Parts: sequence; C-alpha cells; structure tokens
Amino acid sequence: MKFSFKRLVKGLSKTKDEVFGKIRTAIGMHQKIDEDFLDDVEEILIKSDVGVSTTQKIIDGLIKANKLEKPQGEEEILELLKREIGKIFSVNGSQPESFFAIDKKPYVIMVVGVNGTGKTTTIGKLAKYFHDQGKKVMLAACDTFRAAAVEQLEIWSQRSQAEIVKSAPGGDSAAVAFDAIQAAVKRGTDVVIIDTAGRLHTKLNLLEELKKIKRVVNKAHPGAPNETLLVIDATTGQNGVRQVKVFDEALELSGLVLTKLDGTAKGGIVVAIADLFDVPVKFVGLGEQMDDLDEFSERDFVEALFK
Amino acid sequence: MFDELTDKLEGVFKKLRGHGKLSEANIKDAMKEVRLALLEADVNYRVVKRFIKDVTEKSMGAEVLQSISPGQQIIKIVHDQLVEVLGGEAEEMILSSSPPTKIVLVGLQGSGKTTMCGKLAKFYRSKNKSPLLVAADIYRPAAVDQLKTLGKNIDIPVFHVDKDPPKISKKALDHASDNNNDVVIIDTAGRLHIDDALMEELKNIRKNVEPHEILLIADAMTGQDAVNIAQEFNRRLDLTGVILTKMDGDARGGAALSIKNVTGKPIKLVGTGEKLDDLEVFHPDRMASRILGMGDVVSLVEKAQQTIDTKEAEKLEKKLRKESFTLEDFYNQMQQLKKMGPLESLVSMLPGAGNALKGLKIDDSAMGKVEAIIQSMTPEERAKPKIIDGSRRRRIATGSGNSVVDVNRLLKQFNMMQKMIKKISRGQMKDFAKGLFS
Repeated sequence: MKFSFKRLVKGLSKTKDEVFGKIRTAIGMHQKIDEDFLDDVEEILIKSDVGVSTTQKIIDGLIKANKLEKPQGEEEILELLKREIGKIFSVNGSQPESFFAIDKKPYVIMVVGVNGTGKTTTIGKLAKYFHDQGKKVMLAACDTFRAAAVEQLEIWSQRSQAEIVKSAPGGDSAAVAFDAIQAAVKRGTDVVIIDTAGRLHTKLNLLEELKKIKRVVNKAHPGAPNETLLVIDATTGQNGVRQVKVFDEALELSGLVLTKLDGTAKGGIVVAIADLFDVPVKFVGLGEQMDDLDEFSERDFVEALFK
Repeated sequence: MFDELTDKLEGVFKKLRGHGKLSEANIKDAMKEVRLALLEADVNYRVVKRFIKDVTEKSMGAEVLQSISPGQQIIKIVHDQLVEVLGGEAEEMILSSSPPTKIVLVGLQGSGKTTMCGKLAKFYRSKNKSPLLVAADIYRPAAVDQLKTLGKNIDIPVFHVDKDPPKISKKALDHASDNNNDVVIIDTAGRLHIDDALMEELKNIRKNVEPHEILLIADAMTGQDAVNIAQEFNRRLDLTGVILTKMDGDARGGAALSIKNVTGKPIKLVGTGEKLDDLEVFHPDRMASRILGMGDVVSLVEKAQQTIDTKEAEKLEKKLRKESFTLEDFYNQMQQLKKMGPLESLVSMLPGAGNALKGLKIDDSAMGKVEAIIQSMTPEERAKPKIIDGSRRRRIATGSGNSVVDVNRLLKQFNMMQKMIKKISRGQMKDFAKGLFS
C-alpha cells in the first residue's frame, strides 16, 4: 500500500480549512514576511500543538531565509514555510525508505502507549495491512490488565483474519508474549504484533512490566522485537514529548503511530517530537475502520497541511 | 518547572527592588514569561491571549508587598486569576431530589469514559446510593464487555440491550425504576465532535433521558484542540460539567483552563489513577498551581504573610547586621517557622529549595531537641552562650533530657551559625540548613 496522499488530505481537511487555510489568507493579506505575518504563523503553529520552542525555531529559520532569498508572493512564501517545517523533520535523519523490511520470521512488533491512544485499534489495522500483503499475522493479547481488552483484540483478530494468543485476565503478560512467539516460530507466522496495556508513562513499575515483555520476547526470539512502536493521539498536547522521552528511554522506540488524525486536532506534536528525537512517525490513523491506516510521509504531511 | 518560571520572573524583577509599585513595563516583561508558561502547559493560544490581557490590567499599579519578592507576587496574581477563571470553589455533582439521578458521559475516543463510569458508580454507592450502569457504546469492539467486567468487579448492575443507544437509554430508566436504582450512569461511545451522525445520536439520548448531568470526559493531556472539542460538545448538548481524566500523569493540564473558558461549565471531578477509587473533587487552586508548573508557592506566600510579623522581622534584621544574634533569637525564629507547618513541607514549597536541599532529610524531631535544650538554659546563657561551661552543660543536658554531646553539638553549631550569618547568601543556604538540622 502506498502512502495515500488523498486520504491524508481528506483526514486533514478540517485542519486545512480551519487553520492552515489561514496561512494563505495571512500571506494574501500581507504579501510579505513581516511582523504581522510572523505573528499569524506563530498562532497557527502553536494552535497545531507544534509547541513554543519548535515554533520559534521555525520562525527564526523563516526570518533568516527571508533575508537571503527575499521570496515574492504567495507561492514562494508558502514554499519557504513548508521547507522550514520540513527541516525540523529531517534534522534527526530523514524518513526511512521502507517502513518494515520484513527480513526476519517471525517479524515481531511491540505496540505501546499511554491509555486511550488507540493501541488496540491500530493493531487491528496493522494486522489487516500485513494480511493484505499476503503475510500470516498473529496477535499477542498482552494487555491482561484492562477489562475486556482481550475481547477487543479478539474481535480485531477475526476482522483481520489473524491468529491470536491470549491468557486469562490478570495473567502474566510476558508469558503471553513468549507463548505467541513460540507458536509463531512453530507455525511459520510472518508477523507477530504484541498488544500491551495502556500505561501512563509516569507509572514506573508498569514501565518495568513492558521492559520485561521486551526482554522475554528477545529471549524467545533473538533480535525481537524488531519494532517497538509508540502510539500517540493527535489530540495530545506538549505531554507527547514527555511520552516519547520516557518510553524511548525504557524501550528504545523504533517509530511512532499518530492516531485520530481524522478529528480537528492537527497532530503538530509530531513536529515538536521530530525536533527533539530520532524516532520517525511510521503510520497515521484516520478513522475507526480497518483500512483507516496510512503510511506516514513527512513531505506529504507538511504538504497536506497547506493544500 | 516552577523554578524555571520563578527564576525567569526573578530575573525580570531584579532591577525592581526598592520600587513601591509594579510598573507597566515590568509587568509586560513578566507577562511574556507567564504567557510562555501557559502555552507550554497547553492552554489554548487564544485563551492565553485573553487571560494575559485580563491579568495585566489587574496587576497594574499593584503595591509591592514587603514580605515577598515582586516575582512571587506576580505569580500570586496570576495564580489567583487562574483560580477565579477555573471556577473558584469546587462544584458538586447534582443529586436529584426525585430519583433516579440521571448522568450521561460523553467524549472523544480514549478519554476514559468507561473507566469513569465505574468510578462514578463506586462514588455514588459510597454515598449509600444504588447505581445502575448502562452500556450504550455499541460501536467499539468489546466496549459492552468492558463495562460488564467493571460492573462485575465492583458488584454494580450493568444494563445492556439492543443496538440503539437512545432506546437503550430509555429502557434503562424503566429498568432502574423497576429495580430501585436511584442513580443511572450511561456510558456512550467515544466520538469525534465533528461526527454529525453520532452527535445527533447523543442529542437523542439527551432528549430521551433528560439527564441531570451530561458530562464531557476530557483527557488532561489534550492539547490546543481542547477548545474545539469542548465548544462543539457544549454547543450541541449543553453540557452540565466536565470531568478531567488521567490527572495522575505529568501533563500540566492547561486544557482545563481552555475548556472552562470556552464552555463556562464547571469542572466537577478529576480521575487520578487506574484504580476505581481514584476519583477526586476538582480543586481550582491545585489545578492553577499545576498549570503554572509550580509547587504550592502561593500557600507559602500566604502563610508567610500571615505568620511572619513584619516588625519582628525588622528587629531580627537589625540584630543580624550587628551580629548580635543570640540563642534567644534563634529560638524565636524557630517558633515563627513552626507556625508555618512541618519543616519538610515548608522546604518543598520554597522556590529553588527543591534542588539546593536535595538529599537532605529534615527531621522535625531534631528541631524539638534543639528547642528543649534552649528551653533549659537561663536567659543569661541564651544571650551569652560563651558562659556555658562544663557544669552548666551537664545541667542543661539533664534538664532537657538530652546528653551532653547533644548540648555540645548545638553550641558548636550555633557558634558556626553566627559566623555564617555574616555571609549568608542564596548559594550558601544548603550548608546553613545542613548545619542546623543534621
């Protein structure tokens, strides 16, 4: 599946209409990069959750580029702005060419995040994504904590035709992960996706549990997990930065999934995150249906903001 | 984080000392820092703009209080204004005089509605009510199972039937009156505020149920979009209030201010943990402190204002200058300090103290020991510690129930303290405090 630019634009349409459309209005009004224009840019970026310091960085870059290049008219100014935002993404290394080089069997993906960001839904969508590529997928229901989390994953496994390994409620989550990987090795499964309990990153003992799952997974299958993805809700404010920091320190994240981009939230927090961490966004979630998942492209993301 | 804001504000006001009033210029500089703090706390851009305008007007020409620094005073003005905007007093949940009390929870996906249903059920049962939970989320896979499991765990009945949320809600009311449930809590599916079809469904639930409370469940980590979310839910449903969830995280929670500002509806409760007992009444003052990213400095400022007698303080200052600080003065100082509460909490409230005193265990009982020893001295001994010889030391030790070693240590420390007082500056506070209470 290629990155569906159209869908992202559709998902971001409210964004575009309500806020980023204003950039054009602002440029139309000012026709040049002056104080008022920069104020408008600041408002737009901060209101997208880009955060104060990253916004300032973008504006500083814009001022500098303006002096050198003296852009004329709407299109050139817009180009310059997009380029400055793009720079934030590319400082910490550009986006990977391919999202998952499924070079191991089984290829193990561990999915983590705070409560309510949409981990289980994302896993359902990922299962479908790999199933569509002709892969055999297995889900490991390691959220043994939240009421009915296993049932929720089970429904997604049926929808996406993936196998599922689970235990009784309150069971040992690491043991479930271990069983899943052993079963996957035996059955020749291509991809194992591990669902974990939603945990606020401030709960240290619960982060320990995630670390344990990771250790056990690694023991069961050296090199695994091949991916550790943090799911972030697009409505999240500056706390998203803290989430990445804490989860990355504990688990060494390989990527992010930005969910709920079909609302009015702009997801600008990923710009702030890109400014500080070398953890690329890999997917965006755009709805509750199984196909509402797209590969993320930084260029298209920035582009879509201004379309 | 509090240190950051205080330090910045102190920096702004460095030149201000000696002035009687805050000027327009220094308030403007200070407000720049406050603005950044609020934006970093996720308060909406527009809301911050309005807030800063209001608080600037309030601060103009305010007298600089003698007991606190201008920086702290600005924080207090900002804090008070935040408390006012956030709702002043805590507002209670409505209990209908003609049962059942009907409550509907609404919100985005993942904000914590279902968990909150369980918490509310427990909350009402502890008030001798008989709650009924209603599963009206027919969309999210296993949402009904989740509520059923929660209900089973805490032994609260869960009503679920059909596939039509407005009908489910209506039937639930009949079920409640048949079973003598006097509180009905309806869990609805998470939805986007711009999803017309699903918002229409909520309107129908509202029409069918005529709830006493229709509450928006909002995640404390929400960013700038909180205003759009709250505004839409309120516009379409006329909310009665808000519950903030996931307050046990480390988000500053500026969304609370945004939501309150655009809806005008009270924030009633906060979810503070994963356990079903983790539910608290909303305290605007605590929320204000949290948004500003600070410890409870305002209480400290207020406590200091109440308890430290200005005249006493002046007298002490003179003595310190003349280096005539005696054990009697030391004792009086301790009494002043004690009026302000336990030392440990006091220190935690001190700006900058958090780092300077890290690792230092402060023991109130150590202070009691010191007090007893001084109390066992004669006035003359307190004024001139030098006259305390061996036999006096033994007498004081016996009289205060301590050993001579303790008395020796106090006298030695006091001696050091007298020397140190001369050069007390912020940087040396750590040694000073260590010498006192270790």
